[in-house]
Amino acid sequence: MRTKAFNPPCLLPHSALKGLKGGLPAWIALIAWVGLGSGAVHADRLAGAALAQQGGPGMTACVACHGARGEGQAAAGFPRLAGQPKAYLLKQLQEFANGTRKNPQMEPIARALSAQQRGDVADHYASLPGWKAGAKAAASSPQSLAGSSLATRGNWNKEIPACFACHGPDGAGILPHFPALSGQPSAYTRAQLKAWQAGTRSNDPQGLMKAVADRMTDAEIDAVSLYLEHPSFSGRRE
Amino acid sequence: MPNWFSKWLENQKHTRAFHPSWILLVVATTIIIAGIVWIPAALVSKAEYDRLPSAALPASEKTSAPTGEIPAAVEQPGFPAPTGPKTIRVDFSPPDVGDLPSGEFGEAVRLGRNIFNDTQTYARAYVGNGLNCVNCHLDEGRKANSAPLWAAYVMFPAYREKNSRVNSYEDRLTGCFRFSMNGKVPPPGSKELIALMSYSYWLSKGAPVGVELAGRGYPKLAEPQQPPDAARGKKVFEANCAICHGADGQGTQVSGRYAFPPLWGKDSFNAGAGMTQVHNAAAFIRANMPLGQGNTLTEQEAWDVAKYMNSHGRPVDPRLVKS
Repeated sequence: MRTKAFNPPCLLPHSALKGLKGGLPAWIALIAWVGLGSGAVHADRLAGAALAQQGGPGMTACVACHGARGEGQAAAGFPRLAGQPKAYLLKQLQEFANGTRKNPQMEPIARALSAQQRGDVADHYASLPGWKAGAKAAASSPQSLAGSSLATRGNWNKEIPACFACHGPDGAGILPHFPALSGQPSAYTRAQLKAWQAGTRSNDPQGLMKAVADRMTDAEIDAVSLYLEHPSFSGRRE
Repeated sequence: MPNWFSKWLENQKHTRAFHPSWILLVVATTIIIAGIVWIPAALVSKAEYDRLPSAALPASEKTSAPTGEIPAAVEQPGFPAPTGPKTIRVDFSPPDVGDLPSGEFGEAVRLGRNIFNDTQTYARAYVGNGLNCVNCHLDEGRKANSAPLWAAYVMFPAYREKNSRVNSYEDRLTGCFRFSMNGKVPPPGSKELIALMSYSYWLSKGAPVGVELAGRGYPKLAEPQQPPDAARGKKVFEANCAICHGADGQGTQVSGRYAFPPLWGKDSFNAGAGMTQVHNAAAFIRANMPLGQGNTLTEQEAWDVAKYMNSHGRPVDPRLVKS
């Protein structure tokens, strides 16, 4: 038998290695780039955290409405931001700023932020821990069962896909476009579904949410909004 | 008339082997025989339809039945079906998921449902890619026009050109594992196949056997006006599909599992799968994609994007691999 010499795979192109061997300046540039690059990301997030905590000129602090940990405010229907995809949060801020998404509170705040600040604050909230299933016992009223069924199975008699088909297993969102739904205050979810129905919110990609919301009854909207505030995943697999 | 032909005709007349008026005779006889076969066949076809269980018919058809008119659900009324009642289309709804049976059989049905929805977990040993059955058979295998299990189950055993023999429903299921799941064939009688058969059987409860149910397979599209084109399809893909399936068609993963399935590449169906046929893929896409927006793409867009999807590399057809 012939034994083959083992050639470990090379992780860098040879030309790049040669360039680096070429001299100390190349190494210094590489180290500086890595250091500054990661430092910049860090600074973004910290700046975003500061904005969220303290606000800025013409801008209320995010925590005033969205909670100290970005958990939202159930009673007022202010949404949970913690753990949402960064791209989703940034898109919403951009669209509040340019008027594509309407909201009397958020529009002036988003306009007061620079593009850089919008990125910072979106990054901050995306980095916070998202919703986790709590100890709250799952209700099994007909309404919560209906909500659970819509979220996990949909209602294909009316061409309504399951919420979780696009918003991720357990409704935790799918990067980068589909926001988390689980743990979202029911008043917020209900208001958004009705806004899509009425056409007062229309910034969903490809009209995907509009198509679904249009087919939902008020009772279905109530049931699914309540379920998503405290979803329970036991018994989904039978 | 060419010279050789007139010569041959004259020769035939003289030898009395052939006369041109015979052509007329043959054509007339054919028409008469065809008429004798066709009229009774048409009557039988209509009678078979009337004899179907009325519970299986939708309400609108029940009310129109006494007028004696053939309801619109009959395909091509007036034409005899080549295989009798098989092509008569009947509306059917599978039982509600809340009515899952209990006992040992109920356990098999539940396992079948779990395998179907989460093949990656419940039939891991037989799956070679990142897909689940439910990716192409939407709504747990229940959705009409998305190849529902209840419409397939009642059509087996059946001869299939794919393997040139009569297939049981179990055989058909193994084909899904071999090609669409790019995996290993579960042994006949294995708990996975028994479970999937039990689930399909339960979904088909009350459906007539051997009758093509409305919603079977994917609704066949008319031939495209322009030949399917991958370049046009790429544009359709980017505008409608990439948001979920990714710009590279590789799907989107959440914690190591595909939340949106890959459409080509190593984790997708292999080159022997039915979905690699552009007409199948186009029919599925047109009726069901984007999710929740079925029938919104034009038929031409569906053809083009199906062509684009199938213009990419994927695992080889296992029939072409010599072991």
